[in-house]
Amino acid sequence: MTQSVVVQVGQCGNQVGCRFWDLALREHAHVNKKGLYDEALGSFFRNVDSRKCNGEACVVGGRIQHLKARAVLVDMEEGVVNEILQGPLREMFDSTQLLTDVSGSGNNWAVGHMTYGSAYREQIVEKLRKAAEHCDCLQCFFLIHSMGGGTGSGLGTKVLSLLEEEFPEVCRIVTSIYPSAEDDVITSPYNSILAMRELTEHADCVLPVENQSLMDIVNRIKHMSHSGKPGSVIRRESTIISGQGGLSGAEKPFDSMNNIVANLLLNITSSARFEGSLNMDLNEIAMNLVPFPRLHYLVPSLTPLYTLADVSVPPRRLDQMFSDAFSKEHQLIRADPKHSLYLACALMVRGNVQVSDLRRNIERLKPSLPFVSWNQEGWKTGLCSVPPVGHSHSLLALANSTCVKPTFMELKERFTKLYRKKAHLHHYLHVEGMEQGHFSEALVSLSSLIEEYRLLDATKGRLMPDARRLHIAR
Amino acid sequence: MSIVTVQLGQCGNQVGQQLFDSLCCDAQDGQRKERCTASCERFFHQNMHGDLVARAVLIDMEPKVINQSISRAAKSGRWRYGETSHFSQKQGSGNNWANGFCVHGPGHTEVVEELVRREVERCDRLSGLMAMMSVAGGTGSGVGTYVTQCLRDIYPKSFILNHLTWPYGTGEVIVQNYNTVLTLAHLYKLSDAILVHENDTVHQICSQLLNIQQISFADVNTVIAHQLGSVLQPALTAESHGVYSRNPLGELVGALCCHPEYKLLSVSTIPQVPSASMAYSSFSWPSLLKHLRQMLISNTKMEEGIDWQVRPPAASERSRSLTAGSFNTSLANVLILRGKDVYSAETAGFEDPALYTSWLSSEEAFSVWKSPVPFNKYEKSATLVSNSQALLSPLDSMVGRAWNMFASRAYIHQYTKFGISEEDFLDSFTSLEQVISSYKQLR
Repeated sequence: MTQSVVVQVGQCGNQVGCRFWDLALREHAHVNKKGLYDEALGSFFRNVDSRKCNGEACVVGGRIQHLKARAVLVDMEEGVVNEILQGPLREMFDSTQLLTDVSGSGNNWAVGHMTYGSAYREQIVEKLRKAAEHCDCLQCFFLIHSMGGGTGSGLGTKVLSLLEEEFPEVCRIVTSIYPSAEDDVITSPYNSILAMRELTEHADCVLPVENQSLMDIVNRIKHMSHSGKPGSVIRRESTIISGQGGLSGAEKPFDSMNNIVANLLLNITSSARFEGSLNMDLNEIAMNLVPFPRLHYLVPSLTPLYTLADVSVPPRRLDQMFSDAFSKEHQLIRADPKHSLYLACALMVRGNVQVSDLRRNIERLKPSLPFVSWNQEGWKTGLCSVPPVGHSHSLLALANSTCVKPTFMELKERFTKLYRKKAHLHHYLHVEGMEQGHFSEALVSLSSLIEEYRLLDATKGRLMPDARRLHIAR
Repeated sequence: MSIVTVQLGQCGNQVGQQLFDSLCCDAQDGQRKERCTASCERFFHQNMHGDLVARAVLIDMEPKVINQSISRAAKSGRWRYGETSHFSQKQGSGNNWANGFCVHGPGHTEVVEELVRREVERCDRLSGLMAMMSVAGGTGSGVGTYVTQCLRDIYPKSFILNHLTWPYGTGEVIVQNYNTVLTLAHLYKLSDAILVHENDTVHQICSQLLNIQQISFADVNTVIAHQLGSVLQPALTAESHGVYSRNPLGELVGALCCHPEYKLLSVSTIPQVPSASMAYSSFSWPSLLKHLRQMLISNTKMEEGIDWQVRPPAASERSRSLTAGSFNTSLANVLILRGKDVYSAETAGFEDPALYTSWLSSEEAFSVWKSPVPFNKYEKSATLVSNSQALLSPLDSMVGRAWNMFASRAYIHQYTKFGISEEDFLDSFTSLEQVISSYKQLR
């Protein structure tokens, strides 16, 4: 069994991370009735016996003493991290896992990446190394951050390049929260595009999530539960926005949205942690879904969003779950993959679902989903027997699709609007180590990425001839 | 004489456990002591407590499946796996053949060889080795190929049979076609015979013959275990002179794989009915054999939906290179009959030279094995192991898809970073086009 380390950077990153740890504990508490520290728990938590003076970690199989999260928390302001340390999850982190400063990055990528990046380089590497040493077999780093601000975006991407430098064989999966168009940070386009270049160069996979989509999903669920229609009462703890049953008490703003992202991370790692008839490990995700090194943006979609509480209403058919995964209401960025070109798609199913259900639904949905000509059967599937809390089954779909192109193009447009007028540029150029060249390179990187997607899109719908086979002389 | 089985990867370990279970139940079920002894000797040894311990080595790069297989075996109460006969690592091969073949395999050579050596030494006489794996993933395919290579080096005179499970055509793993191409191309040089089960075919058997509604991998594996078991359980052959054959793998290879270009074997069994209907069904040899023969000729893998229109070409048509409809030409066949009245079963239909390629006489091409002991509760059952064009079409389409993907160089960077070059890919493609061409020319 392998371990993963979560690195959460910036305000958004830490808030999402916090929700992740809460829901992870809830999930394991649900499954692990005996209170034994098992391999599944070990993938995200260390078990420490605080009575032992050197705080050595306990081995798998013993009773749970004291769980510590395998995490590194980084923020250049103290507010969020302090809140975590005063909240119910405080016991899970010790001071060696934290890195904070006081003044923040002022929503400036350059400050996060250059200034703090170089000032804290050694400390960051040391904390990462410590977390890695606690692992028997480290498989993956999960980086959580937002793109629009300064710390998450700037320092977060610096951490990403450090991860590549120091731990080149460990997979790097990045969850990036993209700002919505109405984001109140004016310079978020600059920060996002400067960060995107780093993601394209240094990440193994990126799971882009848009704030707007999260908000839409939250609203849809709230609307559903308040609609008062008979048979539409939702089981409280079953929604993917609920933190019910977790340690934290009252819900804070943004909690609902952050719970969705936390659930995404739980589902992606479920098959690596729990057993199933067709296991899907984390290293298989990059292997199957990334045909070319730079095209590693995987659009996530989660279903079902909730389970109805009324047992007299027949459960939503399993097939409905598969259909929903491809509808645009369930995607975590504002995109419609059904009308774009798929390069590859992964279906990670949890719960009581058999291979015949999976095959039936793939056969059913295939005709309406355009796949690139050289990957017509581009499906990667995984079956995990343990369902998430509150559901009997669930599905996470990861799509490597050209539907990200409009999102990137919109981002580029917002960037160009500012850049043309050189608005706010001086804030960045004043920072030591930052040059205009960084901006133009980042723009070029994004433009060429968009172009690669455009070229693939152009092949859509066209009947591509099969490549001529090798001819054997007889 | 005993067979040592090496189970590789998730599929290999899941199917393997099912196989041993089915063999053990069947062996102990019948009252025929001689057959029971022969079967147990072939697949199990007895430890000091008198338990049956499978002659198997379990290998995987991550521990979950092996742990499951071992505990399932122990729960059966009839047999178990050896306590130390397994090897696993912490992290899987990531569906990457190159990772399995170039990194994981070589990284653990000594341990694996030692485990196999121990099992082999426990056998009075070794009949051969069987490696069980899937071709879609990374460990079964990559590590499996590497281990086969090691076994070939250490036991150059032993028979090696590779049992492969081919994935569903519509993708379980996106890079499955690459992994399959690399595996098959390498195994062709190392293995004596390659026995293939396709998930699609077995799935159809589950849904149409066995009427299973929600088919799980356990159901699929049970069918594979049944078919494989019916081949491997002891039988009386022409060469065994009235006792149960002591050289099953050798005889299988000798009967079917006389030419190095032709190593792909497929299996069909008849009948296959839901266990609930077994009490109400009765079978006759003429009917069973008639259906099985037509299944062979028309390349149908089940006794339903057989195309009775397909006939072997008449002698005059043989010389033309025109394709005779969808007729499936065989190189060689082994028919295995088990159950009541086997000695009265009439098998002449399979000796028709029209079924076979012209350069082998039907005496050389066809063999019959018999056992009066019924298999797996079927009063009468017939199994056909066939070296024919049956796998040509799936092989061809798989190579075609892999080639299309290779033409755009998609995913290649994932393989090259572990030490496989584009040259290696091209070599593998060339080998397989050769195999495809050979099978096409069988008429």
